[in-house]
Amino acid sequence: MSGENLKNVIEALLFSSSKPLGIPEIVKVLSVDKNGSRSEIKKAIENLNSEYNESGKSFFIENIAGGYRMITKPEYAEYIKILYQVQPSRLSKPSLETLAIVAYRQPIIKADIEAIRGVNVDGIVKTLLEKDFIKISGRKDVPGRPFLLATTNKFLEYFGLKDLNELPKISELRQFSIVK
Amino acid sequence: MTEDYNVHLEEFEGPLDLLLYLIKKDEVDIYDIPIEKITSQYLEYLELMKMLDLNVAGEFLVMASTLMYIKSMLLLPPEERPPEEDIDETDPRADLVRQLLEYKKFKELAEQLQKKERQREDIFTRVASVELKDEGSGDISDVGIFDLISAFSEVLNVAGEEDLREIFEDRFTVTDKLSHITEILKNKKSVKFLDLFDPGSHKGEIVVTFLALLELIRLKTIKAIQKKSFDNISIELVESI
Repeated sequence: MSGENLKNVIEALLFSSSKPLGIPEIVKVLSVDKNGSRSEIKKAIENLNSEYNESGKSFFIENIAGGYRMITKPEYAEYIKILYQVQPSRLSKPSLETLAIVAYRQPIIKADIEAIRGVNVDGIVKTLLEKDFIKISGRKDVPGRPFLLATTNKFLEYFGLKDLNELPKISELRQFSIVK
Repeated sequence: MTEDYNVHLEEFEGPLDLLLYLIKKDEVDIYDIPIEKITSQYLEYLELMKMLDLNVAGEFLVMASTLMYIKSMLLLPPEERPPEEDIDETDPRADLVRQLLEYKKFKELAEQLQKKERQREDIFTRVASVELKDEGSGDISDVGIFDLISAFSEVLNVAGEEDLREIFEDRFTVTDKLSHITEILKNKKSVKFLDLFDPGSHKGEIVVTFLALLELIRLKTIKAIQKKSFDNISIELVESI
């Protein structure tokens, strides 16, 4: 497969996908022709993006939640919003706080979230689990074996994060520990 | 007709929010909180919330007592204070300050996340016309007792009315149901939890079936699995070694 063809195949895959496609998924598809290493794929995506950029396209390929996906540029949002009549559903403050705690302290048990927020989080945790923003990642080895909670890929996607390292930094965050 | 209006105060989701709000409002130093002043303001707000019939969570009352405890401690000369768990901690406010600072940080992080959320509203992805193949759908975890009880209560909710006029002998026994369930599972590899209960069964039968299930799980004859939490539960025979 020539470089040009490889690029086109990757473009077609990304064009047809609404979810982020991980490099391994692309490798699997390309392996049909025994073609395309990880670095070649990354290079091809870079080339596609610079082509889009040079020709002033309204979309590009973003690296998100461990994969790649085509998205529109923000400056076209006002038109798209008219087309789809979208009413964004936003997360409540308590939900955002709970998510922030899980994101920075994961894996974490519910009791530790409650110790930080100072209120019961049963309802919020249940909703966040249902909405697939967090998941149960195991059980803590303490009496009662409570569930450990962690964030999901959906969380990364929703907030536009490539991975957890992209979370806003607060360096002194772990300085205090109130949970004994 | 009276209705209960439970207004939800988003400003103060919990007692820590209220405290931070008061600290900010009075522009006091978080490291040197005037406990007496903040406590009385806190209690005032609590009274107001009760008066307005807002839903005052129990945590607010716990915090009120913590504040009053700290206040009373501060009234005592340091050498007469009862020893704390942390011996080197001389300021009774220290724990509370730590908790407030920690919480404040997460509130700030939540705001950052909110900014990102807003930014994402201007970005659109392509809409799926085909669903990607679900790759084995991840972890299949063993089901805990509470998942089972919750599924059980769902079945109970749709149970048929019990005929209360006559007293029957026990029509269903756990032993019967034990063999019934194993029989079903020998024919089918996997059965949905809900399908083990005949629609319209009486409560008595449902309870007996459920007890039989628990017994079989305990004996490790069968296992209950679910693909993700709060998902439907399926029952499978444990492969004999």
